[in-house]
Amino acid sequence: MTKTYPKASRPSLDNVSVSIEKGEFVFFIGPSGSGKSTIIKLLLHEVTPNKGRVVVNGKDVTSMRSWKRPHFRRSIGCVFQDFRLLPNRTAYENVAFALEVIGKTKAVARRVVPEVLELVGLGGKEHRYPHELSGGEQQRVAVARAFVNRPLILLADEPTGNLDPDTSIEIMRLLDRINRTGTTVVMVTHDSNIVNQMRRRVIEIESGRIVRDQARGVYG
Amino acid sequence: MRMKYVLSEVLVGLWRNVTMTVAMIITMAVSLFMLGGSGLLYQKVGDMKDLYYENVQVSIFLKTDVQEQQRTDLETKLNADPLVKDVTYVNKDEAYKRFQQMYADAPDLVNAVKPDQLPESFRLTLNDPQQYKQIYDQYKTAEGIDTIVDQSKLLDKVFGVLTGIQNGALALAIVMAAAALLLVANTIQVAAYSKRREVAVMKLVGASNWFIQAPFVLEAVVAGLIGSILGLLALIGVKTLAAGSSMAALEGLITPISWSEIFLTFPLMAAVGGLVSAITAWVTLRFYLRV
Repeated sequence: MTKTYPKASRPSLDNVSVSIEKGEFVFFIGPSGSGKSTIIKLLLHEVTPNKGRVVVNGKDVTSMRSWKRPHFRRSIGCVFQDFRLLPNRTAYENVAFALEVIGKTKAVARRVVPEVLELVGLGGKEHRYPHELSGGEQQRVAVARAFVNRPLILLADEPTGNLDPDTSIEIMRLLDRINRTGTTVVMVTHDSNIVNQMRRRVIEIESGRIVRDQARGVYG
Repeated sequence: MRMKYVLSEVLVGLWRNVTMTVAMIITMAVSLFMLGGSGLLYQKVGDMKDLYYENVQVSIFLKTDVQEQQRTDLETKLNADPLVKDVTYVNKDEAYKRFQQMYADAPDLVNAVKPDQLPESFRLTLNDPQQYKQIYDQYKTAEGIDTIVDQSKLLDKVFGVLTGIQNGALALAIVMAAAALLLVANTIQVAAYSKRREVAVMKLVGASNWFIQAPFVLEAVVAGLIGSILGLLALIGVKTLAAGSSMAALEGLITPISWSEIFLTFPLMAAVGGLVSAITAWVTLRFYLRV
């Protein structure tokens, strides 16, 4: 599969072929501009490849009509470096918002949200606003929001990029726990510490090509 | 539950940028008022044309020294003319009676004029008032005729003015509508910008497109509907004011615009206001939100 952005001199991803099994935990590593984040965008159907196919959960995303995209996204959870929480909503409301805008009732939210906040270790902090929480806690809210809908896949784009090493480890433990529930976790990072500690499948990308695909790998 | 969310978002959205909302509503109201006004005028002009041209007459005034023979010849000719529907002969006495009626307010004038001084005339109703010219050409050289007067000449002038007013109102409506359109587009852009975080999260978690767009589109539609209500109120105000002022004198000339006609234009104004706003908002979102 190849993806070239308009105006780019070379493809962001060049003839890349990767298969990730259900329930796997995969790291994409590589230097900035290597094409790691393009993988996330392709999986989210934010961009489409110029050549080749992207198949997610057995569905061909490449040929998916754009009006089907919202429904498709409900099976994928997303976590980003910058958390992307709504500043004027509490932790509870941030997570509940994700449920309500896809048509779940407030009753469902009342049942599910405290459960998932408990799972990410934020029991008792439901009614704090993002600015009243530490970076690690904010990322936990983001993880809770991504996971509350029980997605099949969790995409994490440098989730520890803004966090200190200890907090990063805690977030990784959380992602690991989520992975153990059967959720596939795809994480883009250049945090070598974390990759070395986790000892999971590592796919290294350089200049748009896969240079390494190693089970139980290290950063390099 | 979701309806409640959408509606509260609409209210918050309208209130967040209230100066812009007011500007949008006022422009919309003026535009729709002009549109409704020109629509009513269009209807009226049509009604009046039917009414007046139906009754329009061509008067052929005869010379005071007209010969008996000339008059009968003319009458036979007119009666046989396929363009003429009806011919009425008005002799000097009848002409004097009409004159007395017309100038009842000025007895001095009436006293000064003798029946003898007034010309005899034929009053013609034409099958088609537009064919006046042919009648004129045909009879202008006939013996014993002084002048031929066509009332529709005057009507043409009156209707020319009314059509001008109507076109002016319509042109102004279109210009104001363009301004309203730009204001709607701008308001929606501002609203989309101030809610960009929410929109980003909604897209991320897979909220449907209509759910993301609905609050914005409805915001514009609500403004459009409020604008159309204000436009209706303006029309009502104009009618009320006109009825109590110098315009009342024109009531005899211009067929009055009834309340029901004013209220019947409201659906048109509301539909135009709502639809134009909705489409503008939706198109703006396509460019600005990329959902």
